Amino acid sequence: MFDYTFQWSQAMARLPQMLDGAATTMEVAILSMLIGIVLAIVLTVLRRSPVAPLRAIARTWVEIARNTPALFQIYMAHFGIASFGIHLSPFTSLLIGITFNNAGYLAENFRGALKAIPDTQIRAGRSLGMSEMQAFRHIVLPQMLRVAFLPMTNQMVWAVLMTSLGVTVGMNSDLYGVTQDLNALTFRTFELFAIAGVIFYLITKLITLGARLLAARLFRY
Amino acid sequence: MIEIQSLHKSFGPLEVLKGIDLTVNKGEVVTIIGGSGSGKSTLLTCINGLEPIASGKVIVDGIEVHAKSTNLNTLRQKIGIVFQQWNAFPHLTVLENVTLAPRKVLGLSKAEAEAIGEKQLSHVGLGAKLSTYPTMLSGGQQQRMAIARALAMSPDYMLFDEVTSALDPQLVGEVLETLKMLAEEGMTMICVTHEMAFARDVSHRVAYFHRGVMAEIGAPEQIFGDPQHEETRKFLASVR
Ligand SMILES: Nc1ncnc2c1ncn2[C@@H]1O[C@H](COP(=O)(O)OP(=O)(O)OP(=O)(O)O)[C@@H](O)[C@H]1O
Ligand SMILES: [Mg+2]
Repeated sequence: MFDYTFQWSQAMARLPQMLDGAATTMEVAILSMLIGIVLAIVLTVLRRSPVAPLRAIARTWVEIARNTPALFQIYMAHFGIASFGIHLSPFTSLLIGITFNNAGYLAENFRGALKAIPDTQIRAGRSLGMSEMQAFRHIVLPQMLRVAFLPMTNQMVWAVLMTSLGVTVGMNSDLYGVTQDLNALTFRTFELFAIAGVIFYLITKLITLGARLLAARLFRY
Repeated sequence: MIEIQSLHKSFGPLEVLKGIDLTVNKGEVVTIIGGSGSGKSTLLTCINGLEPIASGKVIVDGIEVHAKSTNLNTLRQKIGIVFQQWNAFPHLTVLENVTLAPRKVLGLSKAEAEAIGEKQLSHVGLGAKLSTYPTMLSGGQQQRMAIARALAMSPDYMLFDEVTSALDPQLVGEVLETLKMLAEEGMTMICVTHEMAFARDVSHRVAYFHRGVMAEIGAPEQIFGDPQHEETRKFLASVR
């Protein structure tokens, strides 16, 4: 019933390739977070815009990002837009899909965080002669990012885990893609995926720890 | 000079200011007293254009505040305002709170802004608190920081809205002392206050507001010694 023989050394020999894959995974996750945060800030501003169509665009983005599978979003970013003759590399499609997802979730977090910042803060800034943009940029935004810091950390973890969906659009240079290719080559399924799982686990733990250290440095008030 | 001419202001159906006329000259200290909801705070926020108005005019140094062509951001640099609720920026140190607007609005360099910030903070007795975060300050210290922050823009006018009424009684004195000091230095000020002794000692004129109307204005001796209006008498009796 249980006649699978573990061959860890054979799988471990592939560790360097898997770590290369992990580096690519991190690249996608970090890029998707950086761009995602910027887009989420834009979405947050648009959602407060007096212009109704802008609000509608932002709301639609957030709704789709939060209420459809991430797999669907990545799939659309590759095969969906390929229907219009736009052919992107798996890397680009994966990056776009995850960034779209990040921006939507983060925008929702930011909206909640904004509620924690009283209007009087903006009023105080405006009465010092600051423009609306300056007050947002220098007074609201830094406080918003602090309130939303924990959700941002969670989203970063999600971004790492979501990279595994890249295989569905032909991505094979990330940790999950590399592992899948190695599996097809060696059939050391359990060992290879167990190692990949451990690497994923360690990455996310490191992110949580790093975020905690960063928070201690950034937020001294 | 601040000139307010038949100023009307409503919030929806509620008329909050019903035709205010008031001129405040350079170097003058005018205090405004009056019951809750009489429109005192609203008047201050109309003066620096934080609130739109229904009709009438507010003119500051010849510039009509609510005219479409007026650049409010520029105008507000002339008019410092400190609110009742401490509006410290919690994510910035005391010095950064004070230097933010000089840097971003006036475009001063960090060093220039810090020199001004340190001077203003020492002026209000916070010279030792530069790198502290506002949450570590007492209410009175936060209020003095807000005053220094407004002064750092070198305003020509200062508006104070009940800056002591959210403070513990033992902290009121230090903030009033700061206001007194500014008045003695010749700052043009409009102070909304519940501190009658302060109004009597510091102001050149005292205005009594009642339900959106400036019922009476005069020298402190007259308002406190010989109020003409029935409502002023009642109000003063109630706060004594
Ligand atoms: N943003 C607003 N929206 C609607 N109504 C408002 C608003 N601000 C003030 N009011 C109303 O306008 C009236 C005058 O308010 P204001 O704050 O100017 O009074 P005040 O004289 O400063 O009173 P207090 O001594 O309590 O501070 C009140 O009835 C108040 O409820
Ligand atoms: Mg008030």
